[in-house]
Amino acid sequence: MTDQAATRTGAADAIPQARLDLIPLALPVALAGLAFLLIGTPTTWLTLTLAALAMGMMIFVIASGLTLVFGLMDVINFGHGAFIAVGAYLAMTVLGPLAPLVQADSLMLNLAALALAALVATFGAGALGLAFERVVIRPVYGQHLKQILITMGGLIIAEQLLHAIFGGDQKAMALPTAFRGAIVVGDLAFEKFRLLAVAIGLVVFLAMQLTLNRTRIGLLIRAGVENSEMVEALGYRIRRLFVGVFAAGSALAGLGGVLWALYRETFTAAIGSEVMVLVFIVIIIGGLGSVGGCFLGAILVAMMANYTAFLAPKVALASSILLMVAILMWRPQGLYPVAKR
Amino acid sequence: MIRALLSDDPPKSRLLAALLVLILAGLAAAPFVFPGAAALNTAAKICIFIVLVASYDILLGYTGIVSFAHTMFFGIGGYGVGLSLYFLGPGWPVVALGIVVALVIGVVLALAVGLVSLRVKAIFFAMITLAVASAFMILTTQLSEFTGGEDGRTFRVPELLRPTTRLFEEPFLGTAITGRVLAYYLVFLSAVALFLLALRLVNSCFGRVLQAIRENEMRAEALGYRVVYFRTMASCLSAALAVMAGAMSALWLRYTGPETTLSFAIMLDVLLMVVIGGTGTLYGAVIGATLFILAQNYLQKLMAMAAAATEGIPLLPRLLHPDRWLLLLGVLFVLSIYFFPTGIAGKLAGRGRGPAA
Repeated sequence: MTDQAATRTGAADAIPQARLDLIPLALPVALAGLAFLLIGTPTTWLTLTLAALAMGMMIFVIASGLTLVFGLMDVINFGHGAFIAVGAYLAMTVLGPLAPLVQADSLMLNLAALALAALVATFGAGALGLAFERVVIRPVYGQHLKQILITMGGLIIAEQLLHAIFGGDQKAMALPTAFRGAIVVGDLAFEKFRLLAVAIGLVVFLAMQLTLNRTRIGLLIRAGVENSEMVEALGYRIRRLFVGVFAAGSALAGLGGVLWALYRETFTAAIGSEVMVLVFIVIIIGGLGSVGGCFLGAILVAMMANYTAFLAPKVALASSILLMVAILMWRPQGLYPVAKR
Repeated sequence: MIRALLSDDPPKSRLLAALLVLILAGLAAAPFVFPGAAALNTAAKICIFIVLVASYDILLGYTGIVSFAHTMFFGIGGYGVGLSLYFLGPGWPVVALGIVVALVIGVVLALAVGLVSLRVKAIFFAMITLAVASAFMILTTQLSEFTGGEDGRTFRVPELLRPTTRLFEEPFLGTAITGRVLAYYLVFLSAVALFLLALRLVNSCFGRVLQAIRENEMRAEALGYRVVYFRTMASCLSAALAVMAGAMSALWLRYTGPETTLSFAIMLDVLLMVVIGGTGTLYGAVIGATLFILAQNYLQKLMAMAAAATEGIPLLPRLLHPDRWLLLLGVLFVLSIYFFPTGIAGKLAGRGRGPAA
């Protein structure tokens, strides 16, 4: 597990329990503290931290499926960005006719419209994920080089098809009335949409943790990430499990795409490939295959991006690379390495 | 003589050889056979991309690693020459200085990225290069006082290469020998020289080790070859060749900007060229680059006609819209990975086994 020595000392117990590795958890706190000293004004710092949390949650929603898919079947999908874009376009299509609901001055109506759009985007991207797995990825299981190339090709085709269907111009996505602007508490301003994004991200994270740690399917997924051959030898169909995880991951990417498009307010089919750079950094930092690491990595990357955007705007993206290099020097397999690799 | 020039690795079939000779002859005679600035531009672009794609094939086809940072090195070459000409004024020593500085930066960067990420899996390298390349691009556009930002830099090339220069009073074979024609031949001859150098490289003992690593990494390591060392070397050499291609591009265009050298679209183009042309054989790079750039320039016109012809049918005209040409090539790309893993060159050479694994 994370710490082999810990596993060994725990062997006296009936079930050896891996100790929770706490050091990585201290990293975001330390980063936030450091930024607090550098920024100076508490209100600015709080605004930036909230923005970072919102961005981190969105990236986590997008990245979590990708890292699980890699952990389970050693498959990395460079075309993951396509599902983000599909989610954004589907939500746009749904929200278009629902304009009266979106513009209505009522939180419930706004939420209903948004929920419907998110639902359609999530299931649409999930269904597409099933097809993508069947057509594009299945023929190249176990061949990394071909996987990278094929999924990249899939991304090109998907982006071009989206442009062919919806037109190649930039699309606008208006925020529902209730989520525009900010809640002001004294000197502090909390942008409403960011609060929503944080809430959704937390719900997804908790749901995922519950599924992984408290259900039978979750047990099988975790076992598969550790040692897929053993799970297969015990008579479980790891393929079917994998297809399910792949579809779920694509669905989450679709949901993340809706959030990201609303956050950015304008988008093209390239929206997916733009986010993917951050997503890759996040899953590398977290340790390929680890959901907890992915969550932590997303928050770290988003914090770094938001703080540096304020402190030194010119090097904002380069800062995530520096963060990645620093973490890889400390732990070459990422924050929470997965035992198999 | 020819065998020695080709490093004892001639094209494997007559058809392939004939095609290559045709391309070579076409490029060599381009200024006289295909008049017009647009045609010459296409020919120069083909020369530049042959070098770029061949250098990428050393990584992808011969060593079996996927990098998404290849355009970064292309850009370093372009910016190296471009910025030194911009800041120091036109002159051949300045060009040489720019190339040397760009080579040093490019190789050091390739070394750093390689040492951080080549120890582990191919996937890791692919993701890290993707991240590094996009950071480099953003950094380049952000440092606008130095690099010109999104707009890039337009600069003056040495006097001899300018369009206003006339070598002879009389036109030769119906074409005026301007500095533009000279610049084209500079690009063409550099491309030939660099291509032969790359051919020499992959047919050396070093190149054989790379292929061994591609086929079976564990076995190569067991035989005593340090895989990390060879992979990093391959990545550095390929980066150096890409830097040279970038320098050629800057000299030809008299302009360097993020769109023409650094953008991810160019990375995808290179990927398409190398796979469609054929990985694991440098001749594939020639075929891929030529075909792709011709398609880029002329397929769009064809598609416009097709779109007009299919008007009235739902969706089809939109799929055939000239802006969607990348869609057709993307489909071709995926199909060629499935069905012709060796690409066009591999198919023509009649080799059964694909290098990609």
